[in-house]
Amino acid sequence: MTTKPIPTTTPLDGNAAGESLAGEAWRRLKQNRAAIVSLYLLGIIVIACVAGPWLTPWGLNEVNWNAFTAPPSITDGHFAGTDANGRDLLTRTLYGGQISLSVALVATLVSLVIGVLYGAIAGYMGGRVDNLMMRFVDIMYSLPFMFLVILLMVVFGRNILLIYAAIGAVEWLDMARIVRGQTLALKRREFVEAAHALGVKSTTIVTRHLIPNTLGPVIVYVTLTVPKVILLESFLSFLGLGVQEPMTSWGVLISEGKDIMQSAPWMLLVPSAFLAITLLCLNFLGDGLRDALDPKTR
Amino acid sequence: MLYYVFKRLLQAIPTLLIVITVSFFLMHMAPGGPFDGERQLPAEIEANLLATYHLDQPVWKQYLLYMGNLLQGDFGPSFRYKDFSVTELIMQGFPVSLELGLWAIGLALLIGMPLGIIAAIKRNSTVDYMVMGTALAGVAVPNFVIAPLLALVFGVLLAWLPVGGWNDGHWRNMVLPVVALSIQQIAYIARMMRASMIEVLGSQYIRTARAKGLAEHEVIWGHALRPALLPVASYLGPAIAGIITGSVVIEQIFGIPGIGRYFVQGALNRDYTLVMGTVVFYGALIVLVNLIVDLLYSALDPQIRYDN
Amino acid sequence: MLKQRALLGACITLGLLSTPLYADTLRISIMGEPASLDPHKISGTWENDVAGDLFEGLITEAADGERIPGVAESWEISDDGTVYTFHLRENARWSDGEPVSAEDFVFAFRRILNPATAADYAYLLYPVKNAEAVYTSEADPETLGIEALDDHTLQITLERSTPYFLDQLSHYTAYPVPRHVVEEHGDAWSRPGNMVSNGPFALERWQSQTRIEAVRNAHYHSHDDVALDRVIYFPIEERNTALNRFRAGEIDVARDFPTQQYGWLQDNLPDATQTAPFLGIYYFVVNSRDGHPTADPRVREALSLATRREVITEQILGTGEEPAYSFVPPGVSHYEPQQPEWVELSQDERMARASELMQDAGYGPDNPLELMLRYNTSEDHRRVSIALGAMWEPLGVEVDLYNSEVAVHYTDLRQGDFDVGRAGWIGDYNDAQNFLSLLESGVANNYGAYSNPEFDALMAQAADTQDLDERGEIMAQAERLALDDAAVLPIYYYVSRNLVNPALQGWENNIEDIHRSRWVSFED
Repeated sequence: MTTKPIPTTTPLDGNAAGESLAGEAWRRLKQNRAAIVSLYLLGIIVIACVAGPWLTPWGLNEVNWNAFTAPPSITDGHFAGTDANGRDLLTRTLYGGQISLSVALVATLVSLVIGVLYGAIAGYMGGRVDNLMMRFVDIMYSLPFMFLVILLMVVFGRNILLIYAAIGAVEWLDMARIVRGQTLALKRREFVEAAHALGVKSTTIVTRHLIPNTLGPVIVYVTLTVPKVILLESFLSFLGLGVQEPMTSWGVLISEGKDIMQSAPWMLLVPSAFLAITLLCLNFLGDGLRDALDPKTR
Repeated sequence: MLYYVFKRLLQAIPTLLIVITVSFFLMHMAPGGPFDGERQLPAEIEANLLATYHLDQPVWKQYLLYMGNLLQGDFGPSFRYKDFSVTELIMQGFPVSLELGLWAIGLALLIGMPLGIIAAIKRNSTVDYMVMGTALAGVAVPNFVIAPLLALVFGVLLAWLPVGGWNDGHWRNMVLPVVALSIQQIAYIARMMRASMIEVLGSQYIRTARAKGLAEHEVIWGHALRPALLPVASYLGPAIAGIITGSVVIEQIFGIPGIGRYFVQGALNRDYTLVMGTVVFYGALIVLVNLIVDLLYSALDPQIRYDN
Repeated sequence: MLKQRALLGACITLGLLSTPLYADTLRISIMGEPASLDPHKISGTWENDVAGDLFEGLITEAADGERIPGVAESWEISDDGTVYTFHLRENARWSDGEPVSAEDFVFAFRRILNPATAADYAYLLYPVKNAEAVYTSEADPETLGIEALDDHTLQITLERSTPYFLDQLSHYTAYPVPRHVVEEHGDAWSRPGNMVSNGPFALERWQSQTRIEAVRNAHYHSHDDVALDRVIYFPIEERNTALNRFRAGEIDVARDFPTQQYGWLQDNLPDATQTAPFLGIYYFVVNSRDGHPTADPRVREALSLATRREVITEQILGTGEEPAYSFVPPGVSHYEPQQPEWVELSQDERMARASELMQDAGYGPDNPLELMLRYNTSEDHRRVSIALGAMWEPLGVEVDLYNSEVAVHYTDLRQGDFDVGRAGWIGDYNDAQNFLSLLESGVANNYGAYSNPEFDALMAQAADTQDLDERGEIMAQAERLALDDAAVLPIYYYVSRNLVNPALQGWENNIEDIHRSRWVSFED
């Protein structure tokens, strides 16, 4: 029992023996209505952001000299209005989605791969290794992020990849601490000690026994990371590192819109709506995924 | 246990030393200096200012000078706020940020934890979706949108509360900033609480407890809550350090005299001594809260021990 | 019954008392936390709001910004314009009752020019004889051209005749400081509790980052004419917060408002919304250094021709600024701003000429010109920069926008790492020289490194000219020269923006946007 991939698994009644783990998870996910609706909505948003800009009648940087800060109108072709420079807001929001979604994706991956592995290793090894690894995390927390960013820009010039590097540098820290905390608790449980006693390799224990059991908090935290990095990206733009005109992102659009929310509310509402829907979907999908992947609760 | 705490506090010294050193050189490598603004000063004025603050010397010398002063507890004068030393600025602002931050965290825990627990118990029900949907709205709307909105609605339109100002910490001036600060935290705590509660409720020993015939509320309060708090505590450590050192957005929008603005403006103004002051202060705080969280782990889960 | 009536009477009296008590406090939002309250250690604009209420120079400002006698009652100027003799008021007192003596001014001038004081703005006093030499320690402080002939007579000697010098004496760099207090407390003299000042108000309390309170100074020479008992300054950087606090009645004056809300304010608070021409120019520097396409004057002129300033001010910003074709803003004393000759052309004609110029310079649709445009982070700069890019596009110009925070931005400008860059200049004093000197060869703030010997010669000639109108004409010639060279790209003249409680009296708009609280009162 203890050598099974997920040791606390109780036998699943009626489980078709031939079904793969992924297939089983997918089958369960499909039963979660909220998750499925979210999945479709997310798909629509992604497709819209990738393909949408070709479908709208306006270009990213195309100025309509007759419509500065114009409210949404069907006849103009500005379905979501224009910004202060007479550019179509819907087009810009869709383009901005490409940046924001890709930044979110990268940050998620970084925080998943580095953060989870780092935290699990530190927690599992314990003692001196744990101590050293966690002091490094403390140091990373304490460094002045703004100067890190400004220097990155000086050394590498203006490059969209830098946004990912800067965000990646900080986004894995919380995750590492959370996973380490969970691992510290899990490693004293019987199933880990038993695996240990049976001579299972440490790497196997970490990857197959410890990490899968931290999945709940991990998935939730990943989904919470997404809004954080999307807004962090707009702060980088403020420093001159993030996306630069004429390109844009949801975070930048929202911060542009906030100052004129009274006179031109569409400039705040349109990008905010895209962001909010994406987040809601991600969260319900995350919950569904967690349920589907975790065999001990069903 | 005491030995462990002592050991960790001792380790704080090399940790902070690395932080200070790396930050110092990072900061000096960044382009622009404290006297680069819209107007270029005449050469002799700039030279004199640089000399006054020893900025005309090689960076390593400045570093030694800074470390020497730091060892005597002297963080130096602020370049921007000339009437105050860095120590005074932080000591004046920190109590304000701390007070606001603690209220915000308290409020977030008070609301976020029960929400998370309820959602976990009733998971995948309408209640769950409603609770989590509302909480998520708090994450989706950034605080630079929430804060002005609160000020507009409750300060200007309804005129229930003051729009801004500190007023020596009168409670009426604290309500809006505390709410604005805590909304996001409520969402975080509720979401994490729900997830870890679900995790714990499905685990072997809770099943055992249930099998023993314990009432549901006894299971939750007596057995599930403490281990479920573990990931929340992991998250809250650094988060608390961030919140009690203030938020530049909240401070600017509500006119709060906290220290959050110094983190951003110190860097933008290249106010080197102020930046270093905030770095040292924040670094020490991070070390401290993470130590407390680690100690909390053993309290939440007695199986976690640090003595090898 | 009697008792009740007495109580009622008390209530009425209290009520009457409390209303004016409240009304006699002025609450102002200033645009940021003062760097200091020591007039020798400040260099921002908002510090001026506070320091100018606490201190008074030899000359001071009336409600409309006109210069009027301050501590000096009268003065004589020598025929060559280099020796000024001031007669100080006998009743000028510090807020602790000590008399303000000529010696305090001598002390102050020597202090700000002492390199150990590290005053950013010391150079504003360079017109004073030996000032620069004293600052660079080449001359003794005693040789500085300022002397107390007796307690109430002060003589200032200049390097050479400086027509705007009287104006400058109202600036905070020329305020007196209380020698007896500075010597007692050292650098800590400007803190609440220690500070003693000679203006209409005296510092009572300074809570860093949230409020500064000043009360009427009973020792001020004209304190009977001061209506307010108390002034509270709230440092508020966020313009929207200032607006919200004004709407909620928490402040009486907001020294700025968010530009984007101008339309809303005009509709909803027309009586409170004050905009007026301001002594400042918003412009883009064009890099004249070799190796930059903008070193070619034809390119610079084409860019200027294609810039539709009216569209920027009216449609993109819509914040009440006036489109600018000259570098010196209108309203400067003894000066007639110049314009490039093409101002008369229609937009189509301008575009046609711009295309021609670009073709001459070797650019066109097949050989597009790539320009690096830098701006510092700000919503307005961003919008204007985007608009410039769009307006120049028809000329075959491809603009790459680079935005950075302010310290990096100005470092890049200084190093010449740009083709076109955002800049602005607010006049230190009401004189064309303060603007035009930015275009002299080798001047620190001449970011574009524009250099024209003819221009420099004219400026030197103007400096030696006594007659103000003649001097103005020579400078106008210089400006025309620079405009023909398209040395800079003026976009708009700044306006001052204030929200002022309509119940306030004595608030007058003026080109320098200086408003001293001593002139302000509440309607009865």
